[in-house]
Amino acid sequence: MSFFVTVPLILVIIFAFTTPDGGFTFDNIIYATKYSAVFWRSIVLGAVSTLMCLIIGYPMAYFIAKIKANFQSVFIMLLMIPMWTSFLLRTYAWMTILEYNGLLNKLISFLGFEKINMINTPGAVVLGMVYNFLPYMILPIYTVLSKIDTKVIEAAQDLGANKFTVFKKVIFPLSLAGVVSGITMVFVPSVSTFVVSKMLGGGAILMIGDLIEMQFLGNAYNPYLGSAVSLVLMVIIMIGMGITNKLDDDPNERNMIV
Amino acid sequence: MRSSIIKLDKINVSFDNELILNNLSLDIKEGEFVTLLGPSGCGKTTTLRIIAGFLAPDSGNVFFRGKRINNVPAHKREVNTIFQKYALFPHLNVYENVAFGLRIQKKSEDEIRKKVTEMLKMVNLSGYIDRGIESLSGGQQQRVAIARALANNPKVLLLDEPLGALDLKLRKDMQTELKNIHQRTGITFILVTHDQEEALSMSDTVVVMDKGRIQQIGTPTDIYNEPKNAFVADFIGESNIIEGTMIEDYRVKFAGKEFQCIDSGFGSMKPVDVVIRPEDVRVTTPENGYISGTVTSVTFKGVHNEIIVDVDGFKWMIQTTAGQEEGDKIGLIINPDDIHIMKKSVYSSEVGDYSAFSDEFYEEQHPHK
Amino acid sequence: MKILNKIYMALIFIFLYAPIFVLIAFSFNDSKSRVVWSGFTLKWYFKLFENQEILSAFYNTMIIAIISALIATVLGTAAAVGISKSKKWQKKLIMNVTNLPMINPEIVTGVSLMLLFVFIYNTFGFFKPGLVTLICAHTTFCLPYVILSVMPKLRQMDPHIYEAARDLGCSPLKAFIKVVMPSILPGIITGMIMSFTMSIDDFVISYFAGGMVQTLPIAVYSMTRKIVSPEINALSSVMFIVVFMLLIVINFRQEKDKVRGAKK
Repeated sequence: MSFFVTVPLILVIIFAFTTPDGGFTFDNIIYATKYSAVFWRSIVLGAVSTLMCLIIGYPMAYFIAKIKANFQSVFIMLLMIPMWTSFLLRTYAWMTILEYNGLLNKLISFLGFEKINMINTPGAVVLGMVYNFLPYMILPIYTVLSKIDTKVIEAAQDLGANKFTVFKKVIFPLSLAGVVSGITMVFVPSVSTFVVSKMLGGGAILMIGDLIEMQFLGNAYNPYLGSAVSLVLMVIIMIGMGITNKLDDDPNERNMIV
Repeated sequence: MRSSIIKLDKINVSFDNELILNNLSLDIKEGEFVTLLGPSGCGKTTTLRIIAGFLAPDSGNVFFRGKRINNVPAHKREVNTIFQKYALFPHLNVYENVAFGLRIQKKSEDEIRKKVTEMLKMVNLSGYIDRGIESLSGGQQQRVAIARALANNPKVLLLDEPLGALDLKLRKDMQTELKNIHQRTGITFILVTHDQEEALSMSDTVVVMDKGRIQQIGTPTDIYNEPKNAFVADFIGESNIIEGTMIEDYRVKFAGKEFQCIDSGFGSMKPVDVVIRPEDVRVTTPENGYISGTVTSVTFKGVHNEIIVDVDGFKWMIQTTAGQEEGDKIGLIINPDDIHIMKKSVYSSEVGDYSAFSDEFYEEQHPHK
Repeated sequence: MKILNKIYMALIFIFLYAPIFVLIAFSFNDSKSRVVWSGFTLKWYFKLFENQEILSAFYNTMIIAIISALIATVLGTAAAVGISKSKKWQKKLIMNVTNLPMINPEIVTGVSLMLLFVFIYNTFGFFKPGLVTLICAHTTFCLPYVILSVMPKLRQMDPHIYEAARDLGCSPLKAFIKVVMPSILPGIITGMIMSFTMSIDDFVISYFAGGMVQTLPIAVYSMTRKIVSPEINALSSVMFIVVFMLLIVINFRQEKDKVRGAKK
C-alpha cells in the first residue's frame, strides 16, 4: 500500500524537473516562481485563517473542556456534524448568504444600511476557510485540554497561583501540543485549497490550489509546471510546520494527537 | 524417585545482545511445586515463557517427559499458564472464559458444562457464572484465571507472579488456596515470583536466579539455612554477611575474633563470606559478649525490635526482644551452628553491611512485606 | 462569566450551523431562487429521485465508499497488527509513510495519484483513470485513519490475552480471530465508519484521480460552477438528516455502554 503513497510523490518530484520531451530542467521551478504573488497571497490568507481559527477556536475548546464530562461528548458531536456534511455544499451555502443580493445583504438593507460587497473578496475566502476548518482547530486542542489532570491544576492553585497564572503557567503550556496539531490541520488545507477560493473568491482571488488545478485539469494543461508548483507548495508547508513545531518541543506527544 | 516432567538443558536466550538466560539447566519432577525466585530481570519469566512455548531459546533444549519439545508450538503443549495480570478475555463472561480451552478442543456442550461447573466450584466462584470479567474483584479474576487454566487438564501449570496484583491479606489466602489446589490435583506447579516469603512458604523446591543464572536450587529450609553465596543469603531474608577467613576446618575468624563453627572443607587460611541471621545473635552485656558494639538505631517491628549495632565500623542487624536504646553498649553471642560459611563469589563485594539501612530503603528493597 | 461562555459557544454553533439551515430551508422553497422565499414545496425531493445524473453519481459514490472502506479496513487492521509487532524504528518509518496522505495537502495527493495513474496507463495500457483508480486512491487516503483508530485499541489490549489463547490451545490465526479481534473491534468499526465517510465526502482527490467518473461531490461541484439546482439542496438535507441520525444512534450506544460499565 505504501506504493500508492510514496511512488506518486516521487513522480511529482520527477515531473517538476522534467521537460515535456523528458529532459532534466529547472525551467518549471523558475517558471513557477513567476507566480510568487499567488504563493504570497495563499500564505497570507492561509496564515490569517489559521490565526483566526486559533483565536476563535481556543476559547471554544477551553469552554467545552470545562463543562461536565457527560455533556462534553454531546458538544463534540455537535462540532463534528457539520464536518459530516459535504463541505462543497456548506461553502455553497455561504455563497447564497454572502452574495450581493444574498441573505446577509437582504438583512442589511432591511435594517436600512447600504449593501456591502462581500463575495469575491479576500475576506469572503478567509471566512470560508475559517468556517470549514474551525473544527480541526477546536478538536485537537479540546482533546489535550480534556486530558489535563485536574490535580495538576489543583496543585498549581495550592502553590499559590491565581486563575490567570494557572492558565498561563500550566494549562496553556500543556495544551501546546494540541495547538500545534490544530495549526497544522488548519494551515495545510487552507493554504492549498482551490474550492473555497473558487466559490467565494469567484476566480478573482487566485491561490496555489487554483494554479495547480489549472495546470492539471484546466485549459493551461501543463503537468510539469503543475508538479513544480505542487513541489513548492509542499516546501511551503514543510517550512510552516517546521516553524509551528518549534512552539512545542515534544514531538512524541503531538504524533499521538494527529 | 519421581520422574522428570520438564527438563531445560543448557538454555541460552538473549535480546538485543543482552544475555537473558545464561546456560540454564533445570530439571523439574512430576508433581513438584517449584518456584523460580529472583529480582526483576533475573530471567525467571523468560524461563517460564520458554516452557510455555511463547519464546524459543537461542540454543539449548526443552524436554517434556523426555521428549524434546522445542518445535512444539504453544497451543499444542500440555502446559497452561496463569498470567501476571490474569489476561482474562474481556469480551467473554466467567463461564465462557473457563470454557474457552474446552471449546477449542471441541468438547461436547455437556462435558464443558460439567467441567466448568467443577472448576468454578473448586475456586469458590460457583455463583459467578454469568458475570462479566470487569465486574469481578482482583481476587475473583485470579480465581477465574486459575479455573480457566486448570479446565484444560494441564500436566504442568505455570504461574507468572500470579499474586503480585493482590493486596497482602488476599495474597496470603490465595497462597493457601493455591497450595491446596496443588495438593488436590497433583499437577506440577512452576511459580515465578520475586517475593521470597511466598517462595519459601509455598514450594517444595526453590530455584534462586539472578542475571540469567541459577544461583541455588534447594528446599526452602536449605535455601534459608545454607545459602550458597552472598546473593542468595542477601536475597532470602535478612543476613549479616561478613568477610572472614577460614583458619582451618571448624574454625573461622571474623569481626576480629576467632569462632567455632560447624562448616568444613574450605581449606585453611582461605577468605570466605560468613552469614549470620539477625535472629541468631544473642544480646547480652558488653562484658559477657564475645564481641561488643554500640546500638545506632532501634526500630519497633511488633514481635521484636530490629536494632543496628556498630561493631568496629561494621553495622550488624540484630533482632531482639530486650529493650535496648540508641547509644547502648551491648555484647553479642553467636552459637557455632548459627555461623554459616560461604565461598567467595562475584556477589561478595556487592553486599555490604547495614550502614545505609533505613526503613525507607528497606521498603524499596522489599516492596511486598 | 459563565453566561458569557454560553453566549460565546452559542455564537460559534450558530456560525457553524447557519449555512446548513439555509440549505435545508431553501430545499423547501417553491422557486428556483436561492434567496427569495416563495412558498413551501416538496417537489425538489421528488425531482431528486428522478434526476439520473445525481442518482448515478450517488451510486458511484456508494460503490467506491463501500469497497474502499472495506479494503482499507482489512489492510489497515493487518498493517496495525504488523506495526505493533515490529521494532521501534520500523514502526516510526511505517507510521510516517502512512501518515503522509494525512499531512500532505489533499490537492498534492490528488495530482500525484493522477500522475501515477496516467503514467501507468500510458506505459502499460491499464489502470485507465476511472472507478478502479478511484477505489485505489480512496483506499490510500483512508488507510491511515483505519491504522490510527486500530493502533490505540491494540495498545490498550493486554498483550497477554493473545498468549493466553495460544496457551489454551488456539493456533495463531484462531487466537487472533477469537481473542484479539473482539478486543480491537470498536477500533476497526470506527476506522471503517471514518473511511466510509471520508470517501463519501472526498472531492479534491477524486476530482484529480477519477478521470471522468462522477461522484456526488464532483457532481455538486460542477453544478456550483453553473446554476445550482435546488435538488442539490434537497439531497444535502437528506444526507444531513441521515448523518445526524447515525451520529445520534452511535452516541446513544456509547452512552449505554458507559452506563452499563458504570453499573458493574
